[in-house]
Amino acid sequence: MTMTLDSKIPDGPISDKWENHKFSMKLVNPNNKRKFNVLVVGTGLGGAAAAASLAELGYNVDVFTYHDSPRRAHSIAAQGGINAAKNYHGDGDSIFRLFYDTVKGGDFRSREANVHRLAEVSVDIIDQATAQGVPFAREYGGLLDNRSFGGAQVSRTFYARGQTGQQLLLGAYSSLMRQVGLGTVKLHTKIEMLDVVVKDGRAVGIVTRDLVNGEIRSWSGHAVVLATGGYSNVYYLSTNAMYCNATAAWRAHRRGAAFANPCYTQIHPTCIPQSDEFQSKLTLMSESLRNDGRIWVPKNPDDTRRARDIPESERDYYLERIYPSFGNLAPRDVSSRAAKRAVDAGNGVGPLKNGVYLDFADAISRLGHDKVEERYSNLFEMYERITDENPYETPMRIYPAPHYTMGGLWVDYNLMTTVPGLYAIGEANFSDHGANRLGASALMQGLADGYFVLPYTIGDYLAGWLNTPVVPTDDPAFAAVEDETKERVAGFLASRGTRTVDDFHRQLGRLVWDYCGMSRDESGLDKAISEIPALYEEFKSDVKVLGTGDSLNQTLEKAGRVDDFFQLATLMCVDARHREESCGGHFREEYQTEDGEALRDDENYAYVAAWEWTGDISNPVLHKEDLEFENVKLATRSYK
Amino acid sequence: MRVTLQVWRQANTDARGEFKTYQVDDIKEDMSFLEMLDVLNERLTIQGEEPITFDSDCREGICGTCGVMVNGQAHGPEAATATCQLHMRSFQDGDTITVEPWRAGAFPVLKDLMVDRAAFDEIIASGGFISVPTGSAPDANLIPVPKSVAEAAMDAAACIGCAACVAACPNSAANLFTAAKVAQLNMLPQGQPERWDRVLNMVETMESYFGSCTNHGECEKACPKSISIDFIAIMNRDYVKAKFKNRRLVSQQG
Repeated sequence: MTMTLDSKIPDGPISDKWENHKFSMKLVNPNNKRKFNVLVVGTGLGGAAAAASLAELGYNVDVFTYHDSPRRAHSIAAQGGINAAKNYHGDGDSIFRLFYDTVKGGDFRSREANVHRLAEVSVDIIDQATAQGVPFAREYGGLLDNRSFGGAQVSRTFYARGQTGQQLLLGAYSSLMRQVGLGTVKLHTKIEMLDVVVKDGRAVGIVTRDLVNGEIRSWSGHAVVLATGGYSNVYYLSTNAMYCNATAAWRAHRRGAAFANPCYTQIHPTCIPQSDEFQSKLTLMSESLRNDGRIWVPKNPDDTRRARDIPESERDYYLERIYPSFGNLAPRDVSSRAAKRAVDAGNGVGPLKNGVYLDFADAISRLGHDKVEERYSNLFEMYERITDENPYETPMRIYPAPHYTMGGLWVDYNLMTTVPGLYAIGEANFSDHGANRLGASALMQGLADGYFVLPYTIGDYLAGWLNTPVVPTDDPAFAAVEDETKERVAGFLASRGTRTVDDFHRQLGRLVWDYCGMSRDESGLDKAISEIPALYEEFKSDVKVLGTGDSLNQTLEKAGRVDDFFQLATLMCVDARHREESCGGHFREEYQTEDGEALRDDENYAYVAAWEWTGDISNPVLHKEDLEFENVKLATRSYK
Repeated sequence: MRVTLQVWRQANTDARGEFKTYQVDDIKEDMSFLEMLDVLNERLTIQGEEPITFDSDCREGICGTCGVMVNGQAHGPEAATATCQLHMRSFQDGDTITVEPWRAGAFPVLKDLMVDRAAFDEIIASGGFISVPTGSAPDANLIPVPKSVAEAAMDAAACIGCAACVAACPNSAANLFTAAKVAQLNMLPQGQPERWDRVLNMVETMESYFGSCTNHGECEKACPKSISIDFIAIMNRDYVKAKFKNRRLVSQQG
């Protein structure tokens, strides 16, 4: 089967595309919507918003989560805020400026039409969330407050203390639970999706495992929506939650969904540095801290004085020095690499010399202790709890950590993957952030897809299947996938090797971090492409999984997820190896400017790399979607 | 450092559970409590003993997934701290630490330290929302909210749904959890149209699963987000008012 990438970008000027498209799409009559079943996998911002919105429209929705409650999804951990082109502060913001900033921030590797639509619906998200009772920060007059964020020169970020993700997720969750209470959404908790079922070239359902009793069964629907998040946990140490994994997206890929730009991973600049080898995950300190914190390292690598005792003249505020106009608010990829350069040069701080300072002394003297506390108290507390250091008195130590993945399942303008009837929304798809995501844009995209895009576009597909019943779960297509899944699970249990799943995952994570992390080069990637599959073979024969398949077995769950990470890691390296340029989060040592900035090659690489599964993990087939920039002029990003 | 753990092991909801004792050597003070359990689990696996099942996800105290009784205290000895934020520096070398799941009739143990908290979702489904179908909202700045009200709503909304309040309560009451959501929405102007129905429905659903509040205040002390029991007073006030005010019931009162 040959795969074709049809992006289905509507005609017309950029600002009319979405309006025109909404009008030209087929509709499903309100009375007919109840005849359709939609399966939504995942209950983060995208999944919860989509499931609630689809149910409100009248569709029958089944929603699945491996958590005990939809409210646990990792969207909840986003701290800083959500962008929207409201221009409430009259500082020159507009839909076009948000669109422009996002395309530029993504280093010109995203699809213009998608990004413009994102900027258009951003304003509706704020209205929706406010009406739901999301307690956004307000000014004394009772109107909404904004803060600034990296990569933008306007204040367009709405926030709820340092818990914006939590509040937006709980808003979406409340809408979802309202539909659950009304009986229009059936909620399935502690159920993990392990495969997609494709029949006659379209998605007809999924196969799941009940995490409590181990039951493997099928579910059929007219369409399947994957809202299953990103794959940063491929690195083992990341800011993602412990359960975050790529299984749903990866299994969809193996069933025919192209995987786009897997090498575009984001390393977040402000995380707490690793303290020891047992560390299970890294903790992010919101990027909003860069609004008021100043980043510096001692000029002298051998300086052993406490931060407070180092005089101004012996500090290097390197972001302010190199990027005077954006300063401490330079985009994430730029800031992360600058921190790496400082640490690699030996100027790192802390006991392991693996961090840089983020200093609030100036902010405290300018704004006062109380104002700083009001803005960041929960972040400061979180920091102190972990490190036992008080950031009001001594600067924070921070270092970049894997955080978000811009790559994901390839989707067209309608958010449909290359498998008809299979959709991917939120972080699970690749569409809006190009090679680098700007801060406060993940919440925006998850909710845009879930509330305002998918509920429209899915109707266009479903309308074609009116009065066609779902494929019953006793169809041979389902039986075959169920059997494969059972075999796979049994395989992990049969392999009573000598090493734990975590042990393998740690080793895989180190390989991917070293060779496909913050910077990459050809020889390292070649090495990774040969070492990862070799380690994968070892994993398959030597992993030790105790317990049974018909009970709650967390090791078994993890084994399947790590198995998929091995395959995905290989694809990431293949993608990073093939892209002989630097752009956004993908930084190839060979391709940099004299100042060490990313050097794009627009002539040869202004395309989306969408990979097709072939059955051989090291030899996928590349398909290209050329990117055209009609509204934003291709230019070298400069934040100086 | 070295600690001795007494951990509740229970194969499934119907099985009988028991405490098992484990020595854990070579632990570092900077490790989190859950990382210590991770280390123990890896060692158990190598020895051929099934690892201890416990729930945790974000490990930064915001998702509400984790939660165990540590020496009889929900989330352990530190105030305003979820289990995942507890560090071994809170313990002494040589300590014996007892680890148990939440104990409440509404939270059956699924395995070892993991319980089923689905009853919380039922409470939210019965009224913990503002009915606003997607796309029907007015411009956000059309509804000014006094800053003090927004701040108070945020204080209540900070609840992470971990259920420590229930585990700490001698009556296994869920009033703090329920009140936090009721108060958040009932204080905001957006929440007024459904105010009285909301509190009636949520309290009634709560009472079908959980015990009654008798003002011990253990919930507030155990809460990793320091949610104030003042919100319970707000809920109780609204509940009483709702019994008089609820226009839905006017015609039935004869």
